[in-house]
Amino acid sequence: MSLVLDNLKKSYREPGGGRIPVLNVARFELKTSEQVALIGSSGGGKTTLLNVIAGITTPDSGRVVIDNIDVTALNEPSRDRFRAMKIGFVFQTFNLLPAFTALENVLLGMCFAGKGTDSHRATDLLTRVGLGHRLHHRPPQLSVGEQQRVAVARALANHPSLLLADEPTASVDVANQNTILELIRDACKENNVSLLLVTHSPDVAARFGRIEKLSDFNQP
Amino acid sequence: MNLVTIALKSIKQRLLSSSLTALSVSLGVMLMVAVLIINSVVTELFNQKSFGFNLVVGPKGGDMSLALSAIYRLERSGEPLPYLYYKELQQHPAVEKAVPITIGDLTEEGEFPIVGTIPEYFELDYSYKKPFQVRGSFMKTPFDAVIGSRVAAKNGWDIGSEFKLTHGGVKDHVHEEKFRVVGVLKSTGTPNDRTAFVSIAGFWGISEHEKPLQEAISRLEKFRYTVPQSLRDQAEKEKQPKKPDAHGHNHADHAELLDEQKEVTAIFLRTKGDTGFAAIRLAGEINEDVRALAINPVPVMGRLMSLIVGNIRLMLMALTSLIIAVSAVSIFVSIYNSMSDRRREIGIMRALGARRETVFAIILAESALLCLGGGVIGLLLGHGLVAVASPIIESRAGILINPLTFEPAELILFPVLLIVGSLIGFLPGLAAYRTDVAAALSE
Repeated sequence: MSLVLDNLKKSYREPGGGRIPVLNVARFELKTSEQVALIGSSGGGKTTLLNVIAGITTPDSGRVVIDNIDVTALNEPSRDRFRAMKIGFVFQTFNLLPAFTALENVLLGMCFAGKGTDSHRATDLLTRVGLGHRLHHRPPQLSVGEQQRVAVARALANHPSLLLADEPTASVDVANQNTILELIRDACKENNVSLLLVTHSPDVAARFGRIEKLSDFNQP
Repeated sequence: MNLVTIALKSIKQRLLSSSLTALSVSLGVMLMVAVLIINSVVTELFNQKSFGFNLVVGPKGGDMSLALSAIYRLERSGEPLPYLYYKELQQHPAVEKAVPITIGDLTEEGEFPIVGTIPEYFELDYSYKKPFQVRGSFMKTPFDAVIGSRVAAKNGWDIGSEFKLTHGGVKDHVHEEKFRVVGVLKSTGTPNDRTAFVSIAGFWGISEHEKPLQEAISRLEKFRYTVPQSLRDQAEKEKQPKKPDAHGHNHADHAELLDEQKEVTAIFLRTKGDTGFAAIRLAGEINEDVRALAINPVPVMGRLMSLIVGNIRLMLMALTSLIIAVSAVSIFVSIYNSMSDRRREIGIMRALGARRETVFAIILAESALLCLGGGVIGLLLGHGLVAVASPIIESRAGILINPLTFEPAELILFPVLLIVGSLIGFLPGLAAYRTDVAAALSE
């Protein structure tokens, strides 16, 4: 099993002192290499769920188990290292660093994993997403679609076992939506990476064999 | 890719503000380096611990003034001493060597001080166990000259070159007599480098360098020397009006001067024995008399250093330290202000797996790099500033400063800058450390 969420709860403090519950997931599982589309309404806690899975946000209670490791039991530095090595993240707004070239953005992910950088692999990944000719271009010099491809290559740089994609096609045009989506799915398939893709688009979700509505398993 | 390259990328991303902050550091360091170099040269020059002589004897007056005129040739001296006084000291049982000098004129070209002396001057070490080395020879005939290395370099003179003197440094009053260079001194790092030495006999032989007999007689009387009647008669004759020559000079057809008419500006004395007691005793003896002043230049110049130069140095160092501190504050403000713009960038790095300590270290490295980069540029600019300023300092103060002089204290600047950079980066680094990743990513 690649991902297990067990009795996961997360709430945020209100300005008045109370707490707003956002997540209450009794059980959620994702098998190795499985690809799941997660749909939900805006403000429904989709991004919070991804952040909790990635160890960016700590839950109030419950467990997040990835590759049989309880991420919630790790201390913060170990969680950071685990995230760098086991989880790939593709954001809606790409989140590339503008001062770094496409190649450097991919190498940056490797750098934080502490395994050393592998320019050859980074180049290979970028070539596979169709950016072999754009290695030394910085994000502002790339189209929106190209930027998201760089983000995909970066997410795969450290051989993750789980890829979290937060509305990866929301910022790209329709023509690029399909390309990006297929790119992510194919890359995950090729590398045996489990994929949890958050979207609000039924069309995007329809391409997945397994579609989960957040409201079905999250009762905050 | 490592933390330093990431920090460099961040600096590059904000090139203008980074350049301006690094520039402010470099300006502070530039001034600091210039002050250090100039200070070290001045300290070395005026803090010379030994000379090839024990005493300098000159006219009564200030001891510092005597040292500055006789050794450093930076000041005009008081009324010269009679040559007979030099002869008297030469015969003193405590004196091993007595060397007279006359100063006052300058080279027409380059305006370097002229020192009229005898070849024995060069037998006195210019510093402790450092004898003069000359290419060519020392003065043999009255119009021979030996020039310092700086004079040779700046005026392009070499053995065989000829030059004229300006009388008392007055530009349009050039003596007719020409001196010929017979030797060029190797660099000594002392005022000798920027001095043109001429034979004292030649110096006396120049028109207008002879003291009018009546004045000479009155000076001799002050020094309690017996004035021969023949000299008084000659002085009476001199009172008779004479036809001036083409240059307005009224001299006795270059007739050889009488010893009574000769004068010396100062006398360098080396006493017998090594203990220094002889010098102290002799100085006491000379100073008890009203005729002349004897000084040991080492403590005199040491006093100048501590009273004036030392305080100026302290003030300049404090000023440049303040400039660096102001630069440090500007770097702090620049980096700290950029932190709000960089929250997302930091959030991305953290989301990619960067630890809190990593982003803290990146900000620290950025700050340290700005300081060190500014420091390196400042170091080069500092030497450049010295290169620009040295001819001005040389012409105004007569102090030679080599822009390539490396002051070991310059090395201390870099660890200091590294510490300052780390301190500056600490608070912005802490802000990066505390960044809420989820909040930063949602911005």
